[in-house]
Amino acid sequence: MNAIIVSALMGVVMMLSGIIFQNKSLMKHLAAAGLIVLLVANLLQSYGKYVIQVDTHNLLHFEQFGIFFNTIAIVATLIYVLLSGKDIENTGVHPAEYFALVFFVLCGVTILTSFNGLLMLFLGVEIMSIPLYILTGADKKNLKSNEASLKYLLMGSFSTGIMLMGIALIYGGSGSFGINPGTPEMTVGGIPKVSFLTVSGLILLFVSMCFKVSAAPFHFWTPDVYDGAPSVFTSFMATVVKAAGFFAFMRLFESQSELMGATWKILLSFVIIATLLIGNITAVFQQSVKRMLAYSSIAQAGFMLFALYAGNDLAKEGILLYAAAYSLATIGVFAVLIKMKDYTLDGFNGLAKTQPVLALATTICLLSLSGIPLTAGFFAKYYMLAAVVKAGGALWIVIVAVLYAAVSVYYYFRVIQAMYFKEGTAETSEITGGFKVGLLLVAGLIVLIGLLPSVLLNYFYF
Amino acid sequence: MIPLLLISIPLLSGLAVLLLKDSPASKALALVSSIATLALALVAVFSKGALHYDAAWLPALGSRFSLMQDGMAKMLCLLTAISFPVVFAATYNNSYQKSGAFYGLMLLTQAGLMGVFLASDALLFYFFWELALIPVYFLCSIWGGERRIAVTFKFFIYTFIGSLLMLIGILYVYSKTADHSFALESFYHVKLMAKEQAYVFALFFIAFAIKMPIFPLHTWQPDAYEQSPTATTMILSGVMVKMGIYAVIRWLLPMVPDAVSGHAMFVIILSVTGMIYASLIAIRQDDIKRLIAYSSIAHIGLMCAAIFVQNRIGLEGVMIQMFNHGVNVIGLWIVADVIEQQLGTRKMSELGGLAQKAPVLAVLLVLMALANVALPLTNAFVGEFLMFNGLFQYNVWITAIAGISIILAAVYTLNMIQKVFYGQVAEKVTNAVDLSFNTQLALGILVVLVLVMGLYPQPMINLTKDTVDAIFVQR
Repeated sequence: MNAIIVSALMGVVMMLSGIIFQNKSLMKHLAAAGLIVLLVANLLQSYGKYVIQVDTHNLLHFEQFGIFFNTIAIVATLIYVLLSGKDIENTGVHPAEYFALVFFVLCGVTILTSFNGLLMLFLGVEIMSIPLYILTGADKKNLKSNEASLKYLLMGSFSTGIMLMGIALIYGGSGSFGINPGTPEMTVGGIPKVSFLTVSGLILLFVSMCFKVSAAPFHFWTPDVYDGAPSVFTSFMATVVKAAGFFAFMRLFESQSELMGATWKILLSFVIIATLLIGNITAVFQQSVKRMLAYSSIAQAGFMLFALYAGNDLAKEGILLYAAAYSLATIGVFAVLIKMKDYTLDGFNGLAKTQPVLALATTICLLSLSGIPLTAGFFAKYYMLAAVVKAGGALWIVIVAVLYAAVSVYYYFRVIQAMYFKEGTAETSEITGGFKVGLLLVAGLIVLIGLLPSVLLNYFYF
Repeated sequence: MIPLLLISIPLLSGLAVLLLKDSPASKALALVSSIATLALALVAVFSKGALHYDAAWLPALGSRFSLMQDGMAKMLCLLTAISFPVVFAATYNNSYQKSGAFYGLMLLTQAGLMGVFLASDALLFYFFWELALIPVYFLCSIWGGERRIAVTFKFFIYTFIGSLLMLIGILYVYSKTADHSFALESFYHVKLMAKEQAYVFALFFIAFAIKMPIFPLHTWQPDAYEQSPTATTMILSGVMVKMGIYAVIRWLLPMVPDAVSGHAMFVIILSVTGMIYASLIAIRQDDIKRLIAYSSIAHIGLMCAAIFVQNRIGLEGVMIQMFNHGVNVIGLWIVADVIEQQLGTRKMSELGGLAQKAPVLAVLLVLMALANVALPLTNAFVGEFLMFNGLFQYNVWITAIAGISIILAAVYTLNMIQKVFYGQVAEKVTNAVDLSFNTQLALGILVVLVLVMGLYPQPMINLTKDTVDAIFVQR
């Protein structure tokens, strides 16, 4: 609750400070301060101290798991603002408003971690997505940015329409907006006795959530939107927003999936395989690192879907760890990408000579995304695989996922090769010492979590 | 404590050397550190009983940082510990660009290799298995030959696929352990159904077969050995392939014994096919490095076959041969390196008459080559004799076919000696000088090992006795 209220307030504060303060470069510091206040408020909630007591009539339900995810999202956003704050300023004319929109997105994220009813899910998804439509189009003079923004708006609204239809059908079938329907009665053949309205509603809901997390075959908006948006905002969209989407997805279908019976796993396997296939294979052929990262985020989404497939404790811990590891690594890579003048692979040639610190940090982030041991990404993938193996069921899907992970090594390592083994002069815009320190801290955090993931997970269990 | 130090010393000195950049101190520090590790490994060899180290690591996952050094591990750590100072000594006069990074990465590889041989926790084993690969990837890609980037990439991805499949196998067995732990003992006590055993066997064996390599998963190896800098090739073929064989003995045999018996014939046929196939190709090679690479596939094929015959004498032979093959093949690579550094070519067709210019090199090489052919009095003979004995007890026909590979080995080895060292002095050879002192020392040590182990192998057999006992008691 704290986080929802404080983030909304912070958004308003940022909007007003845009008018009050003339100094544009003050905005990122204000935003960082605001994020720290938000973090503190969120942590206070886990100790039971509320900023304002609001009776939500059971529409919102706050639990440790959700609050911890909020913390991860806020910390990731804080790191993002600290690393790329300057670049956000340089994107458009009104930096204060961009930061305000980031806070509003966080407000949506915090609703999504605590929703207890389908209407709140809808509210959370919309609050999270609408600021993103604006952020995508922040670079007003760039045609690609405008195109991406319009595409995102149209497809996002379309999917929200599908979500609403699904919610309406579920209400029609089951008579409530709640997300904990309880175990349904089973027929003799093992098929749940649930109204067909509910099941169709669930499928529509599934489709729209797949859209939000860019799972195939509903991923078609992702490459164009991620590529067209200014890279600073792609960084935010591909990490915090996607992770929040997955969290909501898991929260929603934790108990609902029983209503669909055996078709749930079949449906999900199809989506996972399609996502991994399309994400990985297309990323292999990309020459632009930004577009490659966009497709690779689709592939990572495929891995995160395993948490839904397994649905056990290990999966819940895993989604937290995956969200943290993936966000850190992607924010790191994008922070460096934003500084590069040339986004293609050849633009990275020889970066190790010109900017060794950047090259090292990028390498660690890429190793984490590939799932090499000693990085956080390895444990993230490990948890996903372990969750599926523990849940029983066919090993074949795990084997397929692992083969695709090997494919992902190929396109991630091409960047490392360009940086270290190829000759060239990689040009970057100005790099400050503070940026390098920040990057090294992110890389260090990735390695720390890679050695001792309990650092992150014990916190969850407190 | 000793197992922990065996990993930490190369690790810490590797990181230190990486920071030392290009000063001559980096080379010296690397050599000193590798000698220190050797001293420790010798202490371990002469200690009675298995050495352990255990510390908490990830209690939530059931994984501990636990190391165990029994006879086989002691022998392999000794091999690793001997290889690195010998390699550093032999290549001391080579100048590498960014030498700090080079020696640092080599030491990090040593740390990874030690970790693989010592780990007695499956997740820790997996960690070290992958970590041994990363420094090698950078070593080969920066200091290698012309086609290094593509070739090393292929090597890396090929091995990575295998490792990921092994990870699934590990996860599967972990999910069946009684006490939810990754410990070696828990894995040994898992009771799997026959069908599950078959899956686990396949997942693990693919990873090990890629590493060793076994036909037909060997295609990465000749290119990778050819394109990597020879110091790294020495470690790759001298020590890293032993990772695969060690892993089969430590992790596969005791865990899925029924699947091993069931698939033994298939694996043995593949290994023997690889032996003949690789030997035939070796005969046609012109490049010395490729010849040694294919010869290595043949030798490893024999070792793999000898494990899967599942009798005691075969396994004892494999134990000795792991050490011996490491020693022999490093000796051959040192010769290849010397030839390449001095004469600038590796092609046998361009060489000839080297014995007239470099007699000491010729003598030492001939001794190493005879060891490669497994002549009696050399160490390889002991190993091969025991392995063929084991093979014979399993199936006479297979032994006969495998025996052909000995003849083929003699063909290509003696052919190489003849073309490179004898005959008319070729153009490129006219300016050759004999070995420098450091290379003589390195080769000399190896030749002494060849002869000593050939004449008196009993201590090595005794060293690895406890591991062999443990495996056969279990069965």
